[in-house]
Amino acid sequence: MRISLFITCYNDTLFPHTGKAVVSVLERLGHTVDFPIDQTCCGQMHFNTGYRRAAYPLAKRFVSIFRDAEAVCIPSSSCVAMIRDYYADLADENHDQELAADLRTLLPRIFEFTELLTDCLHLEDVGASFSHRVTYHASCHGLRSLHLGDKPIRLLRHVRGLDLIELPNSDRCCGFGGTFAVKNAGVSTAMLEEKLDAILGTGAEICTACDNSCLMHIQGRLHRHGADVRAMHIAEILASENREREGTP
Amino acid sequence: MTLITVDPLKAPSFPKAAAELLRDTQLRRNVAHATDVIQHKRAALVAEKSDWQALRTAGAAIRAEALRHLDRYLEQFEKQFTAAGGHVHWASDADEARRIIAGILHDAQADEVIKIKSMTTAEIDLNRSLESAGVRVYETDLAELILQLGHDQPSHIIAPALHKNRHQVRDLFAREMHLPDLADDPPALTEAARLYLREKFLKVKAAICGANFLIAETGSICIVESEGNGRMCLTLSDTLISVAGIEKVIPTFAGLEVLLQTLPRAATGERMNPYNSIWTGVTPGDGPHNMHVVLLDNGRSNLLEKEITRQTLQCIRCGACLNTCPVYRQTGGHAYGSVYSGPIGAILTPQLFALEHAQSLPYASSLCGACYEVCPVKINIPEVLVYLRSRVVDKNRNNLSSVFSQERIGMKMMARIFLNHERFEKAQRMARIFEKPFIGQDGWIHKLPGLAGQWTAARDLAPIPAQSFREWWRGRKASQ
Ligand code: SF4
Repeated sequence: MRISLFITCYNDTLFPHTGKAVVSVLERLGHTVDFPIDQTCCGQMHFNTGYRRAAYPLAKRFVSIFRDAEAVCIPSSSCVAMIRDYYADLADENHDQELAADLRTLLPRIFEFTELLTDCLHLEDVGASFSHRVTYHASCHGLRSLHLGDKPIRLLRHVRGLDLIELPNSDRCCGFGGTFAVKNAGVSTAMLEEKLDAILGTGAEICTACDNSCLMHIQGRLHRHGADVRAMHIAEILASENREREGTP
Repeated sequence: MTLITVDPLKAPSFPKAAAELLRDTQLRRNVAHATDVIQHKRAALVAEKSDWQALRTAGAAIRAEALRHLDRYLEQFEKQFTAAGGHVHWASDADEARRIIAGILHDAQADEVIKIKSMTTAEIDLNRSLESAGVRVYETDLAELILQLGHDQPSHIIAPALHKNRHQVRDLFAREMHLPDLADDPPALTEAARLYLREKFLKVKAAICGANFLIAETGSICIVESEGNGRMCLTLSDTLISVAGIEKVIPTFAGLEVLLQTLPRAATGERMNPYNSIWTGVTPGDGPHNMHVVLLDNGRSNLLEKEITRQTLQCIRCGACLNTCPVYRQTGGHAYGSVYSGPIGAILTPQLFALEHAQSLPYASSLCGACYEVCPVKINIPEVLVYLRSRVVDKNRNNLSSVFSQERIGMKMMARIFLNHERFEKAQRMARIFEKPFIGQDGWIHKLPGLAGQWTAARDLAPIPAQSFREWWRGRKASQ
């Protein structure tokens, strides 16, 4: 299959490792990855902060770039949620029938990374091995908008050597919420603190999720506390073939 | 000086009020504990309904239908309620509602009134206006009584004293009811309240209540409650005034079949409320003979035109969205500066009370979507929040207030950058240069200026990697 990767603006800039891991998993499974170089951002930050008008051209841009893709893979549940939940509204309120029509045919071909593996490629074992204690945080958009359910968990269960520890209240928001983290920094931090207590309580070495934005938030506080737990995107775990030495994930 | 007020016209912004409440660790423990308890009860009872999603869909449809043809259903209700011997009054705003109610009480020569818990009367600040007109008001709901005796403000739409624990309630009752030996277990506290209230039920002849549902088809009013004090007010009084928002109407009696299944499960985690009162007009020799409904608009009709805003009025005030909200969990209800708190408050208050007084509320959410997931009438609260944010941004287009302009300039720049991938790549390279001076000895960023400083106040930031994904991809392609 020819899979077009939408890396997302913040993964491109801040988490290139996640992108490399996605490429590595998909190629290992025998697929061809394509990266349209003119891609930038889905418009989520603008849309969610109230800059709806600025989000519209970005939505149009995304759709025109990926319109003809066989499948689009996005390693960020919140960006997929933006596209699925709100692009049609943007087309509607801008009376853009062309965008609306393109969306109708494109949306079924757009997949969040773990969805692509489980729903489109029908896989649970992607041949990964990773000998570490891992806990999984269910990012809000993945959980409630994409309804990922236990798809990421099923993928993790098939990773050789991986010890999966359940995170208490894993469905509770970590407090990131995009600009919420700076506009309501106090409340955001209080939410994050509860998340950290839960993570540290598991004794896991790694906290994983389907969204680097939550992980950046969690990692930022872990580092501030000097905690010895690492946040790591699920793609990086699924790409792993235990080339690392024990104990240094 | 405390910032806490539930008057949206005077309330501080959400982050300011939240900062004060976050320091109150006792309150935060109370809120987290109480909402945990209700949530678990709710989850267990929802799980036993295999048709829960179908019930949500049906409930949403009933409420949406009522709002789509609100004028018709309200007129039908008025006709039926009047035919059954009641009087209907229309109040366009809080002031008019207060005047109507004062007038009815004056005509009935009532200088005392007993009340059933009602958010709508809290919305119009009825108690204070009645007291200043010389009418004594007795709240009969346990939680409302706690607030009244403690001169406190509601912090939750169904459990208004949820921010208080039983030790605090015990101290309050001991002081206000002169019971120095009062124990702090729930039976002792309810018994104290019962003795205090019983005398009022027997002697006060006028009562004020809200309404859970107004049934257009039959002209009936439905009130559900847990304590039975409401039932006493509804049956023992001579004069009964129900104050209801115009959105409370439902088309048919059969609609209760759905809503009385979902409301108690979502609200208190019960299969059925202990007391369900449904009455139709006046019956000679039985119950109140002087019956009034005050239909309150107070900004609601402005929400009717657009579908995106109209769904806010579908709310049946179950409180489930508050209990599940991770933001409410940290601050409790007072941070929302309105009697309506939590996620529903964050969308209702800015729409009812002019947006400029509540601009921070649509942003008082991480958009986690937990509220939408539990809402028994499927109000897509995150969608409405994001829509209201766009209205705030549009409104402030020409306003130079500092935070917004810093944010606005940033957003504008980013929007331009994202329209062209070469510009984006340039920005990525620039960002690496800009952040250099902020990188600490350990290779992490601990302090940033401006808005980003809000991030580093509590969290570190890893520096931008030397190579972006696209740079890596290009290099890889070139070497293949
Ligand atoms: S918005 Fe929904 S969940 Fe929240 S109080 Fe209203 S009906 Fe209940």
